[in-house]
Amino acid sequence: MDLLATRALAKSFGDNRAVDGIDFNVRQGEVLALVGANGAGKTTLVNLVSGLLRPDSGQIVFAGEDVTRQSSYERIKTGIARSFQIVNLFDQLSCADNVALSIFSREGKTTKLTSLASRDQGVWAEAHDVLRRFGFDRQMVVPAGTISHGERKLLDVAVAYALRPKLLFLDEPTSGVSTREKAPIMEIVSSIVRAGGITVVIIEHDMDIVFRYSERIVVMHQGSILADGTPDEIRRNDAVTTTLIGTLAAGEPAHGGAGHAGS
Amino acid sequence: MSLDAAAGSRDVSSIVRSFAWIVPAALLLLAAPFVIDPFQTLTLTYGLVAAIGALGFNLLLGYTGLLSFGHSAFFGGGAYTVAFLVKYLKIASMELFLVGSVLASAILSVLFGYVCVRYTRIFFGILTLSLSQVLWSLAFKFFWVTGGTDGLRVPTPKLLGAEPTGDKMDFLAHRYYYYVLAVFAVCALLMWVVVNSPFGKALQAIRDNETRAEFIGIRIRRYRLIAFVISGIFTGVAGALWAPLNGLASPDILVWTFSGEIVFMTVLGGFRTFVGPIVGAVAFTYLKTYAVGFTVYWQLLLGTVLVVLVLALPTGIMGAVGWLMSRWKKAS
Amino acid sequence: MAVFLIHILNALLYSSVLFLIAGGLSLIYGVMRILNLAHGNLYAVGAFVTAWAVGLALEAGAPVAVLFLLLPAGALAAAACGALIERTLLRPFYKRPEEYQLLMTFGLLMILEDLIRFVWGPNPLSATTVYAALGSISIGEDRYPAYNLVIIAVGFFAALFLWAFIYRTRFGVILRATSQDKRMASALGVNVNRVYIQAFTLGCFMAGLGGAIVVPSQSAVLGMGVDALVLAFIVVVIGGLGSLEGALAGALIVGVVREAGITLFPEIELAVLYLIAAIVLLARPAGLFGRA
Repeated sequence: MDLLATRALAKSFGDNRAVDGIDFNVRQGEVLALVGANGAGKTTLVNLVSGLLRPDSGQIVFAGEDVTRQSSYERIKTGIARSFQIVNLFDQLSCADNVALSIFSREGKTTKLTSLASRDQGVWAEAHDVLRRFGFDRQMVVPAGTISHGERKLLDVAVAYALRPKLLFLDEPTSGVSTREKAPIMEIVSSIVRAGGITVVIIEHDMDIVFRYSERIVVMHQGSILADGTPDEIRRNDAVTTTLIGTLAAGEPAHGGAGHAGS
Repeated sequence: MSLDAAAGSRDVSSIVRSFAWIVPAALLLLAAPFVIDPFQTLTLTYGLVAAIGALGFNLLLGYTGLLSFGHSAFFGGGAYTVAFLVKYLKIASMELFLVGSVLASAILSVLFGYVCVRYTRIFFGILTLSLSQVLWSLAFKFFWVTGGTDGLRVPTPKLLGAEPTGDKMDFLAHRYYYYVLAVFAVCALLMWVVVNSPFGKALQAIRDNETRAEFIGIRIRRYRLIAFVISGIFTGVAGALWAPLNGLASPDILVWTFSGEIVFMTVLGGFRTFVGPIVGAVAFTYLKTYAVGFTVYWQLLLGTVLVVLVLALPTGIMGAVGWLMSRWKKAS
Repeated sequence: MAVFLIHILNALLYSSVLFLIAGGLSLIYGVMRILNLAHGNLYAVGAFVTAWAVGLALEAGAPVAVLFLLLPAGALAAAACGALIERTLLRPFYKRPEEYQLLMTFGLLMILEDLIRFVWGPNPLSATTVYAALGSISIGEDRYPAYNLVIIAVGFFAALFLWAFIYRTRFGVILRATSQDKRMASALGVNVNRVYIQAFTLGCFMAGLGGAIVVPSQSAVLGMGVDALVLAFIVVVIGGLGSLEGALAGALIVGVVREAGITLFPEIELAVLYLIAAIVLLARPAGLFGRA
C-alpha cells in the first residue's frame, strides 16, 4: 500500500528541470534509499514532498490525501517529517529542549504560555527516552550548538523522529561524518526506525550504506527516475552502474572505493 | 540563566540556590524609600518602570530574535492613554489607567504586529521604526487632541481608590513607589512564566532556526505575532506607570530615538538573560539621569557607552557577570 | 497653470534632497548590507559644514561666486567623516549579526548629534545669502526662488552621474558584483574592504551633498538628521532598499505626495506618506524596485 505517491511532479529553477514529472511512491513500512549524483533532483524531490518548495505541476498524495496545497507545518501535522542535510537545530537550546519541542508541538502544547515547560514531566520523560535511544546520555543539557558534528546529525534525526511521523525523510544523515562514525549512526537510526515501524526514505551518497540498510532503492538522474528495485536488482542494473560509476569516477569522494557499486 | 528543566527533576535545594539572590534584592527594593533620599527613590521608580518596558521588549529581542526599533509606540501609547483618560473621561484611578493601557496597547500591537511580523531582521526594524513614527507624527499634528509639543498633563492618580495626599514628591517616593514595585513584581513573574512555558521555548526555537521550527509544526508568523502583542502590552503598562511619574505625556516618548533607548538599556543589561533587561533598565535610568545632570553633551556620553558596549561587551552587564562567575567557579 | 508648475517644482525640490539622502542610504545597504541609523546625521554634517564655510567666507568678505564654490564643502566633510567611521567603527561589525551594526550606528547617531552641537552650538546656522543671491524668476504671475532650481538641477545631475557611475564604469561593475556576492567577488580578486570604504564614503557624500545644497533654503538645525532619517526610511520602504532606482522612484513619490498633502490636507500629510508606505509594503514587500 502506498503511503506516499507523487504524480507527474515537476519543479524547475529557470532552465533547470530539477524534478521532471516524477511518479514516485513509497510503500508503507519500507526503508527506501533515494540515490543519484548531485543535481539529480533528490533533495528537490524531498523539499517538494515535505513542503519546503511548491511544485510547478503535479500532485502529492499522502496517506490517501492530496497534500499538494498544504503548507509545511500542515504536512507535519499530517505525518511527514524530515531531517536536514545541513544540520538544522536550535543551537542555543539544549539537546533535550530540541527533542522536547517536537513533542510539545506534536501534542499541540506550544501555544501554552501560562504554565512552565518544566512541569510537563511526560514530555521530558519521552524526550530523555528518545535521546537515550539515539545514544545521548550525558549531553542532555548542553546547547545543541556545542556537540560534535556526528552528534548533531543524530540529533537532527532525533528531532524529526520525536514527531512520531508516519513518513520520515532523512537527507544525507551521514554527510560530513567520518567513515568511522557512519556505521554507528546508521545502526542507531535504522534500529530505532524499524522498532517504531516508521516508513523511511534516506537520501544517501554512500553506496555501502545504501546497500546495507535499504530494502528498496530508487535511482534518480537529471530529474527523472532511472531505476527502482531491490538492492540486488539495482546492483545488476547496467544502466545504473554506468551512470553511477561514471559519476563517481568523475570525482565524487569515493566512499570505501569506487568499485563497490558493482561488487 | 534560564532554569533548564532538561536536567530532569532538579532537587529543591538547587532550585532554591539559583533563586536565592531574589531575597536580598527584594529586601533592598522594599527598604529603598527608607534608606535612600526621595530623589534617588524616584530614579529607582523610573528604573523599575523602564524595567517593565525592557522585559516586554526583550521577549521579542532575546527570546524571539526580533529587534524592534518602534517600541516607543507602545510606551507612548500607554502614557497617552492615561493622559486621554484623565483629560476626556476625567478618570483618576490608576487601576483603570492600567486596564486602559493594556487594551490600547493590545489593539495597537495587533495592528502593528500584523504588518511587521511578516518581515525579519533589518526590515522588521525599519517597519517598526516607521510605524512608531506614524504615531509620533499624529501626536504632533493633531495638537488640539494631544496637546502637541506641550503634551498633556497627568496628575497624581488614585491608588486602589485612595486619593493622593500630602506632598507630591512624598507621595511618589513612597506610595507610588510601592505600587510600581508591586506591578513590577507581577509583571516580572508573568514574563518569567511566559518565557519558561512551552510557548516560550517555541519562540526560542523560532529565534534559533526558523526553518526547523516550521518543520516541527510551529506556525512562525502566528507565534511572532503573539509575542509581539505580549511585548507591546508590557511596554504599554510601563508607559502608563510612567505618565503620572513624569506628570506629562509628550511626543518625546513617541519619537524613534526613544525606541533606541529601550534597545540600549536592554543590550546594556544583557539581552541573553532574563534579568538582563531589568538590570539594564535600572542602570540606564541612573546613567542617563546622571549624564543629563552632568553635561549638556549627555548624548555624546551615552552614545560612546553604547558603541563601547557593542564593541567590547555585547553580552551586557549580566553577560559580564556570568563570565566572571564562571571564572570564579573554575578558580575555586 | 503657473501655480501647478510651482507645486511640481516644490515636489521636485523635495525629491532631489530626499533622493540624495535615501540614495546614499540605499547604496550603502545594497553594497554592504548595513543600515546606517546615523545616516541622517551625515546629512546634518553636510548642512552645518556648508553653512559654516559660507558664513566664514562672508565674514572674510568673499564675493558671492566663492560662496557658491564652497557649497560642496559639506559633502566633502560628510564623505571624510564616512571614511573615518567606516575604517574605525564599522569594520569590526561586518562579521557580526546585523543587530549589533544597528546598535552601533545608533550610538554613532547620538555621538554625532552632540558633536555637531559641540562644534557649532545649539543655534541654527544659515546661508541665506546664497539663497538670495540668485534672486527669483517669474512663473506666471508669481515669483519663484531661482536657487530652488539649483537644488533640482543638482539632484538631477546626481542621479544621472550615479547611474552612469554604477552602470557604465568599471568601478560600478565591481560595486555591483560585491553587493551581489561579496565572497565571489573577493575570490575573483576584488578588494572587498576597499570597495566597502569607497561605497560608504560615496553614500555619505550623497547625504552630505543633500545637506549642503538644502541649507541655503533652510537653516541647519539640531535634530535635522534624526528627522531626515525617518523620511529616508519611507523612501526606501516605498522604493526598495538597496536600489538606486527605488530611491529615485520613492523620492519622487514622497515629494509629490508631500506637496499634495501640504496643499490639500496639511494635518495629515505625514500620515498619508506612511499610509502609502504601508500599502506598498503589503502589496509588494520588497518595495517597488527592491530585491526580496
